Amino acid sequence: MSRTPLDTVEHAAATPDVELPWAELGLKKDEYERVVEILGRRPTGAELAMYSVMWSEHCSYKSSKVHLRQFGEKAPESDALLVGIGENAGVVDVGHGYAVTFKVESHNHPSYVEPYQGAATGVGGIVRDIIAMGARPVAVVDPLRFGAADHPDTKRVLPGVVAGIGGYGNCLGLPNIGGEVVFDSCYQGNPLVNAGAIGVMRHEDIHLAKASGAGNKVILYGARTGGDGIGGASILASETFDDAKPSKRPAVQVGDPFQEKLLIECTLEAFQEKLVVGIQDLGAAGLSCATSELASNGSGGMRVTLDDVPLRDSTLSPEEILMSESQERMCAVVEPEKVDRFLEICDKWDVIATVIGEVTDGDRLEIYWHGGKIVDVDPRTVAHDGPVYERPYARPSWQDELQADDANKLPRPSSADELKDQVLKLVASPNQASKSWITSQYDHFVQGNTVLAQPEDSGMIRVDEESGLGVAIATDGNGRYAKLDPYAGAQLALAEAYRNVATTGAKPLAVSDCLNFGSPEDPAVMWQFAEAVRGLADACQQLGTPVTGGNVSLYNQTGEVAIHPTPVVAVLGVIDDVARRTPVAFQEEGQLLYLLGDTREEFGGSAWSQVVHDHLGGLPPQVDLERERLLAEILISASRDGMIDSAHDLSDGGLIQAVVESALLGGKGARLVVPDGLDAFTFLLSESAGRAVVAVPRSEEVRFNDMCGARGLPVTRVGVVDGDSVEVQGEFTLTLEELRKAHEETIPALLA
Amino acid sequence: MARVVVDVMLKPEILDPQGQAVQRALPRLGFEGVSDVRQGKRFELEVDGPVDDSALARIHELAESFLANTVIEDFTVKVEEVKAEAGK
Repeated sequence: MSRTPLDTVEHAAATPDVELPWAELGLKKDEYERVVEILGRRPTGAELAMYSVMWSEHCSYKSSKVHLRQFGEKAPESDALLVGIGENAGVVDVGHGYAVTFKVESHNHPSYVEPYQGAATGVGGIVRDIIAMGARPVAVVDPLRFGAADHPDTKRVLPGVVAGIGGYGNCLGLPNIGGEVVFDSCYQGNPLVNAGAIGVMRHEDIHLAKASGAGNKVILYGARTGGDGIGGASILASETFDDAKPSKRPAVQVGDPFQEKLLIECTLEAFQEKLVVGIQDLGAAGLSCATSELASNGSGGMRVTLDDVPLRDSTLSPEEILMSESQERMCAVVEPEKVDRFLEICDKWDVIATVIGEVTDGDRLEIYWHGGKIVDVDPRTVAHDGPVYERPYARPSWQDELQADDANKLPRPSSADELKDQVLKLVASPNQASKSWITSQYDHFVQGNTVLAQPEDSGMIRVDEESGLGVAIATDGNGRYAKLDPYAGAQLALAEAYRNVATTGAKPLAVSDCLNFGSPEDPAVMWQFAEAVRGLADACQQLGTPVTGGNVSLYNQTGEVAIHPTPVVAVLGVIDDVARRTPVAFQEEGQLLYLLGDTREEFGGSAWSQVVHDHLGGLPPQVDLERERLLAEILISASRDGMIDSAHDLSDGGLIQAVVESALLGGKGARLVVPDGLDAFTFLLSESAGRAVVAVPRSEEVRFNDMCGARGLPVTRVGVVDGDSVEVQGEFTLTLEELRKAHEETIPALLA
Repeated sequence: MARVVVDVMLKPEILDPQGQAVQRALPRLGFEGVSDVRQGKRFELEVDGPVDDSALARIHELAESFLANTVIEDFTVKVEEVKAEAGK
């Protein structure tokens, strides 16, 4: 077998005219020229591999960076923020010496190709981000979006994704406490599989991704490196440098949750003994990312011997090793005298660990292979100084027409019977129907600290058994609202997640986001993105909840057609005592139902307009962030002081959807009275934001009303918890049995 | 009547956690010298009628669309004649 000579730095300098497959690796001509300019010569194959993956949209945020800066510039002052944007995940102070880290990421494209493994490794990746901060992961959440519920391909993708999330998360022993499932034909060829995780640590245990201290060792530990997830690198390695190699490698990565569990325990034990100077998980771009980020965030350089990387497949080329996305791997920087102990701990947990390099006092990242130097770069140019694009953006020409197509003008039910039919149709529609067939495949209560899980408004986990301190998390996003107005749509996503956290009694503290959009090369999509980021940053500033990190997923489109702009927002909150939480379910008959907030005629983007008219047009509900803040304060106070026994935020589907859910979960009906000044249709189905419905024990009625009155929050008595049906006086009655059948049979009928 | 065997294996470059678990267990049980294990699935299909080209094409199709996940797995199809049972 004839091999071409190793493409070392020396060889590259001596052969400036060799053509490299930069275009096949996804680099643009000017980007490649920039690499040549930075290095002062042509890159070696290995260097090209590193630059191409690290300068990809996914790793470099080259299209989104200029907009994302607003999250920093507009960040509100927050005493709670311990670590902000830029690390593996943000960290928030929750009191009693505890810190919580959380983040949401996307794994959209892999999950479409191979739903089970794509979704499973999405969970694995986000959990490693949490470990890398020094925290023990305590819960996961999964916001999911699929194509039409009755489309055959949804039946391929959804069960695989759900099984993958359950399979990986359940094996790890992590409760899945929240998320969403949304169906819309815009996601048919491009489902959104976002994954979030929460971790808990003591303040002093926070770890960062940096390599400092010359002489410190770089240790790669976890699974062996195989040919997983090497996208473009196969072209580089198999066609240009060595024609005799096995053919193309798949982009699919297979996860091993039991290996990940060992990685968690082993890493936490090493942290416990203070053996780790810096740490980074290996995710997208694998070793290329880990080495260049660790080195560029630290004080010195780094020297790595690639021959020492344990391989699953001995035929891998150095380029492939650098780009492999094999799962369940981490990279730690450890002082020389602590290396033995670190390796001992890894051995105890049956985790393969190898010293692959060391921190140097220079400022270069040097990588060796078979004795030759194949990479010699300034790590900052790889990790941080990637291209930055000011992509053109323009409000699409169809936006005005879309907004003019007012949903408030759609034909409304003309009789009580028609209203009843539409309500029944709404609660049975795939988006509004019970998702328990999906969420019951996830473990909710493992570890014994889950306080609330789906279908509650937010998931809640107890952090401290003694004091009852806990955290809550909610994720929300409404692509339909964002399509109508991306600025308002992003704010509504934040407002809903914020409201959901407060509804359970927790105080919202911080935000993570996963921004799912189409191609940034389309000015219309770029405009949607720019507007959504601006909206979210403005709203975070006003609500005092900083963005701590997150992820951008672009190119979510099929051909020329982009998905709805879908900013998914996660809000983390803290509650002093989880015993004070407020559930969704009605607790006791006779309790009074109050509607908090103002109800206007707002049907643009509503569930009603989708279910009854298959319509998307008009404007989304009005945003009033000061109102959201006031509502949250009332809900938190009422929960702490025991003034409410159940609460549910109003969002898609409006009041009737919320009341039906509370009734079915509690097994108790409700009698509703249409308040003065509202028609029954608007009362039941409008989606005005900044609202919640609460059940107040009669003994607390005066106190609760006084509190709302004193703080200036509109409060309307709308009914009472009673009986075994939901009755809207003067309009219609639906028995709980009818409602349960409609609400709970839809999803299993479509997907089971 | 004939038996058609479909063997399904993870593609060589795909991680095989099950195979790895078996491989790691071997030395613990005193079986040395096995450096790698990969685990697959074997399907035995009893086919009515002759196994001609069209029957094999059908089996190929069902293996590709149902028995194997060709994103991460390879499969092979082979025919095994079943010996006639005595007394029939």
